[in-house]
Amino acid sequence: MPLYLNDEQTMLRDTARDFVAEQAPVSHMRKLRDANDAAGFSRDLWKSFAEMGFTGILIGEDQGGLGLGHVDAGIVLEEIGRNLSPSPFLATAVAAVEALKGSAQAGRWFPGILAGDTVAALAIDEGAKHRDSVAMKAERSGNGFRLSGKKQFVTHGHVADLIIVAARTAGAADEANGITLFAVDKDAAGLTAEAERLTDSSIAARLEFDGVEVDADAVIGEVDAGREPLDRLLRAGRTGASAELLGVGGGAMDMTVSYLKERKQFGVTIGSFQALQHRAAHLYSEMEVARAAVLKAQQLLDAGDAGADAAVSVAKAMTTLATTLSVQEGVQMHGGIGMTDEYDIGFYMKRARVLAEMFGDANFHADRLARAAGY
Amino acid sequence: MTDLETFRAETRAWLEANCPPEMREPVRSEKDAVWGGRDQSMLTPAQKLWMDRMGARGWTVPDWPKAYGGGGLSAAETKILREEMARIKARNPLNSFGISMLGPALLKYGTEEQKLEYLPKIVRGEIRWCQGYSEPNAGSDLAALATSAEDKDDYYLVNGQKVWTSYADKADWIFCLVRTDKTTKQGGISFLLFDMASEGVSTKPILLISGYSPFCETFFDNVKVPKSQRVHAENKGWDVAKYLLGHEREMISGMGLGQVGGNPLIDGAIATVGLDHDGRLADPLLRASIAMFEVRSKAFGMMSERFIDELKAGRAHPAQPSMMKYYGTELNKARHELMMAAGGSDALEWESERSSGGAGARAWLRTKANSIEGGTSEVQLNIIAKRILDLPNA
Repeated sequence: MPLYLNDEQTMLRDTARDFVAEQAPVSHMRKLRDANDAAGFSRDLWKSFAEMGFTGILIGEDQGGLGLGHVDAGIVLEEIGRNLSPSPFLATAVAAVEALKGSAQAGRWFPGILAGDTVAALAIDEGAKHRDSVAMKAERSGNGFRLSGKKQFVTHGHVADLIIVAARTAGAADEANGITLFAVDKDAAGLTAEAERLTDSSIAARLEFDGVEVDADAVIGEVDAGREPLDRLLRAGRTGASAELLGVGGGAMDMTVSYLKERKQFGVTIGSFQALQHRAAHLYSEMEVARAAVLKAQQLLDAGDAGADAAVSVAKAMTTLATTLSVQEGVQMHGGIGMTDEYDIGFYMKRARVLAEMFGDANFHADRLARAAGY
Repeated sequence: MTDLETFRAETRAWLEANCPPEMREPVRSEKDAVWGGRDQSMLTPAQKLWMDRMGARGWTVPDWPKAYGGGGLSAAETKILREEMARIKARNPLNSFGISMLGPALLKYGTEEQKLEYLPKIVRGEIRWCQGYSEPNAGSDLAALATSAEDKDDYYLVNGQKVWTSYADKADWIFCLVRTDKTTKQGGISFLLFDMASEGVSTKPILLISGYSPFCETFFDNVKVPKSQRVHAENKGWDVAKYLLGHEREMISGMGLGQVGGNPLIDGAIATVGLDHDGRLADPLLRASIAMFEVRSKAFGMMSERFIDELKAGRAHPAQPSMMKYYGTELNKARHELMMAAGGSDALEWESERSSGGAGARAWLRTKANSIEGGTSEVQLNIIAKRILDLPNA
């Protein structure tokens, strides 16, 4: 499969580009922030994502979805990134859907996701830095399990209808096996969410599970065998976050290059200065390489290729590096105006920082690749 | 089986039967690279056999048309051939500026007679070509070149000097930029092909910091070149030159990919530094540097794949080779810096057998030219800024 979008994907990109730019431009995010919106995103927008069919991109046609792949989901995510649109799309329609796929839970949650009624959140991280390990305990209790422990950086966790929780039913924290994945209802007794507004004005929750009782049928897949759906969730989430980063970095670069062509100092446009031209050209190169890595990871995931896992880490690390450069150069090349709240470029920097941490930063993924390569 | 599956099976069987075992060993030094040419006395029997067998099938240039000696393979078949060669770790049978640089330009700008005359000999490795581009006063500003070609009715009389001519002392023919009109700059350049054995051609190797002399100064003193050996119209040579430079940049950018198979950087670091009890490189800062480099290196491998796919589909930006050249060469320099750091004092030995005659150190020094030759990194950044980002001129 060639490493560029096919005709259908190009059409989807054009549709998504117009739709997101019209329905959820940066001003939409700014408005939610200024209103101190309690949800941190618009349910109406989520509904219209569903009407466009976007929420069902990764859901099979037999279950009412579009039966498309990660390339297609990434197309929508890139536009979300470019417009900094607050959306549960990544957590819900990409990561949660991949985790639920093929499980008995799919039938329960997919209709709501397809309809744009259901929002999912991912309770994976237990510390300030993303890790592959899971320490939180789930103990057998009656017909089900009792969940106890804390999770953090749970985007939309304070309002999500469904929370996907990784917990340990056997083994020690650093063991790969012995994990079970649960689909927990938002109203579960003993579950408290502390909503925290983040740097980029999105809202993530710190969740506390204080002996939360769930039935056995809350288990996604099999008990002790949660590594597999969790890995699916992580691969999808990491790839999706990479696609969103591509949009953030690309959006910031486009703004910056446009600004270089407009802004005049010393009687000329500053884009005529070679010092800035070379930095902009270097940035372009980094973003192009990042784009290739994202598309490769998406295609390998869609093909079920064994090399997908490594490609996903390359994509997440590379997009993090390239987009971090893009937003830093963006603010610097805008000069003083780039430091003002009124101007949008700063929002790109904030969003990039949040996405950099999500599902593991560049160091995490470089380390992961190094371990896999035996050093 | 589909046609492609059949092709793969047949290709695999043919390679198994025809690739000599010596040609499946890793390339260790410059001597292991085969360049072909009139004088093949330096080739080992296995090198010659492998080049001749692949050349006879046109598989040294699998995607050129059969009419010009190429393999006539489709893009999918070419990919399969490359995969099957990689599977048995087959060496490249023939390195050639004819394949990577002149050939594509001839296919685009040559006459039918020129294509039939020159291309098959390139495919079979019979003629070794060199590139006469840079001059003492025309480096980054290549179009300032002054080597003159005076119109003498049925031939040109060429006088002047080229510099940084790769392997001019070993080449049989040269493709050369000459000035046919002194009144304009880019519009006064023509593209000539001529025999290095012609009367009036002389070369002088330049000793480099690596201790090797891959480049020469090349002098032309009243060299007669028949007009039939001009490619494209008179004073239109700059079009050919730019087109060819795009291919040269693609070729150089491939250096960023590193070697197929093992990873000498990682293997080298493990050999000198060792692994700790967790199986990690025992020098954590070196490990971090390598790991972060590998992210970019792997991502660039994907970019190369994307670039080739886009190029074949006519979707690549015409200036994208500049990005590939810039990124690939900077990456290759970074790789060799890390390899030297990983090798420590072992890697400093210049002559010892242990170090294969300082192969690592010499290769490290050689990479410093990557971002100079074929247009400096700074020139590539200028091109990206102007032609892709559309930034204004100063």
